[in-house]
Amino acid sequence: MKPAAFTYHRARDVEGAARLLAELGDEAKIIAGGQSLVAMMNFRLARPAHLVDIGGLTGLDGLRTDQDGALHVGALTTHHAMETAPPEVLGTEFAVIRDAMRWIGHLPIRTRGTVGGSLAHADSTAEWCLLALLLDAVLVARGPRGERRIEAADFFLGYYTTALEPDELLTEVVFPRPAPRAALAEFAERRGDFAVVSAAVDLELAPSGGELSGGRVALGGVAPSPVRVPEAEEVLNGGMPGPELFARCAAVAAESVNPPSDANGSARYRRSLIRTLVARACEEAMAR
Amino acid sequence: MTDTTRQALQQQLIGLHVNGEDHEVLTEPRRTLVDVLRHDLRLTGTHVGCEHGICGACTVLLDGSPVRACLMFAAQAEGSEIRTVESLAPGRELSDLQQAFSEHHGLQCGFCTPGFLMLAEGFLAERPEASKEEIREVVASNLCRCTGYQSIVEAIDDCATSRRAALRHRIEGTGEDEEAPCSSATRSR
Amino acid sequence: MTAPPPRTPAEGAWIGASVGRREDPRLLTGRGRFTDDLELPGMLHAQFVRSTVAHATVTSLDLSQVRRVPGVVAAFSAEDLGLADITARLGRPLTEFVPTGMPVLARDRVRYAGEPLAVVIARDAYAAEDGLEAAKVTYETRTPVTSEEQALAPDAPLVHDEAAANTLLDVSMFATEGIDATFDEAPCVVHVETRTGRQNALPLETRGVVASWDHREDQLLLQTSTQVPHQVRTTAARCLGLDERAVRVVVPDMGGGFGQKCVVGREEIAVGAAAMRLERPVKWIEDRKDALSAAFLAREQHYDVRAAFDEEGRILGLDASIVCDMGAYSCYPFTAGIEPLMASAEMPGVYKVPAYRVRARAVTTNKAPTAPYRGVSRPQYVMVMERLFERAARELGLGPTDIRRRNLITEFPYTGVNNVTYDPGSYLESLNLCESSLREEGWYEMKEKAEGEGRHIGIGYSCFSERTGYGSAAFAQRKMEVVPGFDISEARMDTSGALVVTTGTMSHGQSHETTLAQIAADELGLDIAQVRIHQGDTDRITYGWGTFASRSVAIGGSAVRLAAGKLGEKLKVIAASVLETPAEDLELGQGLVRRPRDGRAVTYRELADIAYLKAHLLPKDVEPGLTATASFDALGDGTFSNATHGVVVELHEGTGQVEILRYVCVEDCGVAINPKVVEGQTRGGIAQGIAGALFEQVTYDEQGAPSAVSFMEYKVPTALEIPEVTVHHLETPCAFTETGAKGVGEGGTIGAPAAVLNAVNDALLPTGVELDDTPVTPETVAGALERMR
Repeated sequence: MKPAAFTYHRARDVEGAARLLAELGDEAKIIAGGQSLVAMMNFRLARPAHLVDIGGLTGLDGLRTDQDGALHVGALTTHHAMETAPPEVLGTEFAVIRDAMRWIGHLPIRTRGTVGGSLAHADSTAEWCLLALLLDAVLVARGPRGERRIEAADFFLGYYTTALEPDELLTEVVFPRPAPRAALAEFAERRGDFAVVSAAVDLELAPSGGELSGGRVALGGVAPSPVRVPEAEEVLNGGMPGPELFARCAAVAAESVNPPSDANGSARYRRSLIRTLVARACEEAMAR
Repeated sequence: MTDTTRQALQQQLIGLHVNGEDHEVLTEPRRTLVDVLRHDLRLTGTHVGCEHGICGACTVLLDGSPVRACLMFAAQAEGSEIRTVESLAPGRELSDLQQAFSEHHGLQCGFCTPGFLMLAEGFLAERPEASKEEIREVVASNLCRCTGYQSIVEAIDDCATSRRAALRHRIEGTGEDEEAPCSSATRSR
Repeated sequence: MTAPPPRTPAEGAWIGASVGRREDPRLLTGRGRFTDDLELPGMLHAQFVRSTVAHATVTSLDLSQVRRVPGVVAAFSAEDLGLADITARLGRPLTEFVPTGMPVLARDRVRYAGEPLAVVIARDAYAAEDGLEAAKVTYETRTPVTSEEQALAPDAPLVHDEAAANTLLDVSMFATEGIDATFDEAPCVVHVETRTGRQNALPLETRGVVASWDHREDQLLLQTSTQVPHQVRTTAARCLGLDERAVRVVVPDMGGGFGQKCVVGREEIAVGAAAMRLERPVKWIEDRKDALSAAFLAREQHYDVRAAFDEEGRILGLDASIVCDMGAYSCYPFTAGIEPLMASAEMPGVYKVPAYRVRARAVTTNKAPTAPYRGVSRPQYVMVMERLFERAARELGLGPTDIRRRNLITEFPYTGVNNVTYDPGSYLESLNLCESSLREEGWYEMKEKAEGEGRHIGIGYSCFSERTGYGSAAFAQRKMEVVPGFDISEARMDTSGALVVTTGTMSHGQSHETTLAQIAADELGLDIAQVRIHQGDTDRITYGWGTFASRSVAIGGSAVRLAAGKLGEKLKVIAASVLETPAEDLELGQGLVRRPRDGRAVTYRELADIAYLKAHLLPKDVEPGLTATASFDALGDGTFSNATHGVVVELHEGTGQVEILRYVCVEDCGVAINPKVVEGQTRGGIAQGIAGALFEQVTYDEQGAPSAVSFMEYKVPTALEIPEVTVHHLETPCAFTETGAKGVGEGGTIGAPAAVLNAVNDALLPTGVELDDTPVTPETVAGALERMR
């Protein structure tokens, strides 16, 4: 389990990294935290001839909220930095993000693994991918042709496949609006593993209170990429929040997707998980 | 039969700062941090258990945070401060954390132990007030095949409790002779 | 580095004290020395070209490109090395057992994906792995045999041409007269069919060896992570065509073994051969991918068992068919008979079973071969027995613990229907204490209340005993060609009065440096700090069988005590001449030989001074030096530890998660030499038992390719899956070990699957679903709970 040989390049700035990627072509890979990539290289399932290390770049980590209330997260921000961010930087309006961090691997993975790395790796059950889709995040990429902003809905193209060009790298992800009533729930047989199914919801309470004026439901582990479930969102819209509505929403979610059967679980089991996890996420979102 | 061991593959010179000492290593870029620590620097206290980031036997501190040394290339660690198990008790005394592991029988074969020690050292430095439940959750980061984990959780919890008590004692100003409850605190046996 | 502070015991009572471990300081400071820590001048690194297919004729193996890879020094095939096969045998007729050779490197035939075909030697492990990629192997694939059913099917392809019906062992035993009538007439007959998942013992330190030729000693030095150093020496010498003295096996610190390292690995031999060829040290460290797919595995068994009961719930008979999927080869020295022979001989367990019939088979399949793994078949047959009793209790309307109480052996010694004699234990007492613990803690009320709220709580037990301290006589019953059993110790005192005691056992986490030192210190009245235990060096240790089958403290500990005692006698003889008094009047203690009558005494140090440096002062007929050697062998059937495990689980709807809410273990291993170590062994064993019950399984696809090749798929449980365990001790001392101790290494693992499975099924009672196969997955549980909606 030793990786194949490669040439190591340390990028000095984003432009330099992009230039290297453009020069080296398909043979090159970006490495940031490397928490997925190095494992794959150790198995020789990935064998890039060149690694471009962006870990030392400055200005790509950290988070800030802009005047419109949007949360900007630098691509090199670690999961651990997110979970330990001071409340004045990451407040209750984005509690869903902070809380989701504890589902990502374990502490020593979160101290190295980065937001950008997770999004670019695009595992179908990765928490960041699910959150990006749920919260309409905008992914900011830089390449030789300059900066490009990609909607999360257009970013995830399939198993480990994204809209990033080979010579682009993620620099930032922007969550455009607060999500004070959002939550993520997932299940894996063993804590810290990639989820069999993950579910995230973002509920909108009508200004008058009482019923929901809308809601979003996103699922991971049911398709090659995380998916929104409009049928289940329909159920939420105008409904009275409570166990009954949430159960109905969860049931509709389970019937509206066509999950795979594989070694991690049958389609039937995944539907059972969706019913449980969507309802659980709704309850937790309402409890915020 | 030709001996090709001297044949050069692409190598690079990297500088590592480990346990307070500077090292220069000429190495292939593909060598992981754990292999460089163990085989180039001969710091064999850090162990290799899975090489894909799950077992945690190779856990070391990188700028104070626990990381998997099998999921990093040594070159990525340039400019960072690395701490390995060899730094916990530089003399002949065990640190309070090591002592707690021994008292609670938190190790049997001892192969996973350095990883758990560094995990706990990094975690307690950041969260000295951690509850036992939080400690158990962090202990779940690494695999142990011998103990069933209970004694590891208890050892770390006991160490955290003692450090907090020592700190309180010091703040209340009644224990001038008390040792600082810092991470490298040792206690005589 | 000094040892941590021991809880100082009363004078002469190290045994029974939770002494701090001698092993700890070095292991806690990173100063241990494991196999991969060894670095020798000029050392090279090995990796193995392994078969990528499960079953095939090898039509060509071309290593020429491998040898051109930068950094690669050499590559050897079976043809290049010409080594003798490793063949394990039983003294049984061919109708019962078929011996099959395991080549060190496969020749024209491969029998599992992962089987070693060639060894690549390079300047480091990276280059060695580069070399593997350059090997060209062509195969003519054969139909793989991937399951026990397929192996036994008519016209099944043969894994070994000489083993008809893919059967390596087939024994039918006991067949109590009239057993068919018993079943025909019994008012209650219950049936359990169960399949248990293939598991990996999974020491966290994988297998590994550093081989080097020592020109001074004219000897091959194998520094290897093995539980059985002398067996490795014997096999290496035979395969390599060397005198046994020309092989020295030294065992560095070991990162676990659990049975996987108590058999001889073909890689150990191949690396030794490569080091001899190249005249350079060669290191091989198994990587995790290989450890998960190509190391020795265990536990895949199929039970089809009936039990007959009378109306009162007394068991009348047991009729069992056991088939164990042993994979591609017989392991050395135990053979593929290890699991079926253990299961068939011991299955009645702690119960008074009047009639018994069993057929036990080992089948060979195209999967990685198996070795003993902590518990060996007992986690499985105990689970079957405990399921049978639970099912009978339900049928007869009895409480699950009541039915057990009616059947537990309560009078000892008890000779069972399986011709095994059980020495005294606390079978009933442990069950009673375990049950009362859970009752007093309110779990039964909690269960009732929670069920009212729609939750699914279950309580389950397992009762079992575990034969430990198998002596030669007990192993001989297995008809092994190589009969383990005894152990030899040498006690040696130096001129400073410090004691070294050798043991043939080999600690891989069990704390022998501490526990065996406690025994020797007590025997001679020494401070434990003055005692060192030496293990794991075939040149320093006369002979030994290593550590497996929970034998170390029972057998090895007895040899230690006898050797120390013999040395004590010699000390007394010399002291008698110094003090001019009969030796019978003297006592040992506090580093002195003393005459209690008047307190006159002479120190060990003074006596050692005479024995070595002033030998002219020795009495006539007393040889210079202070050494004594003694051996111990358990006669008869060995000694039985016992325990009851009680578990409370909650099953979660939707996810199917099995959450363990409470775990209580009442164990009796006789005299606990070091209670803290006993608890550690028990808790660690339970964790592995839970792993087998709920999490771990080695799986293959239809072509026989392993599909659990990383820790992503092979789910070793973490601290969030393994619960806290309360351990209560009972003590029924063993009458014939020298310390009263019984073995304790395996019990935790044996009892856990049955208790967990019973608890799960208790919680599932309202669903009508019963789960008998392990591991019980969340998906299965979720499916079962859905049936109730």
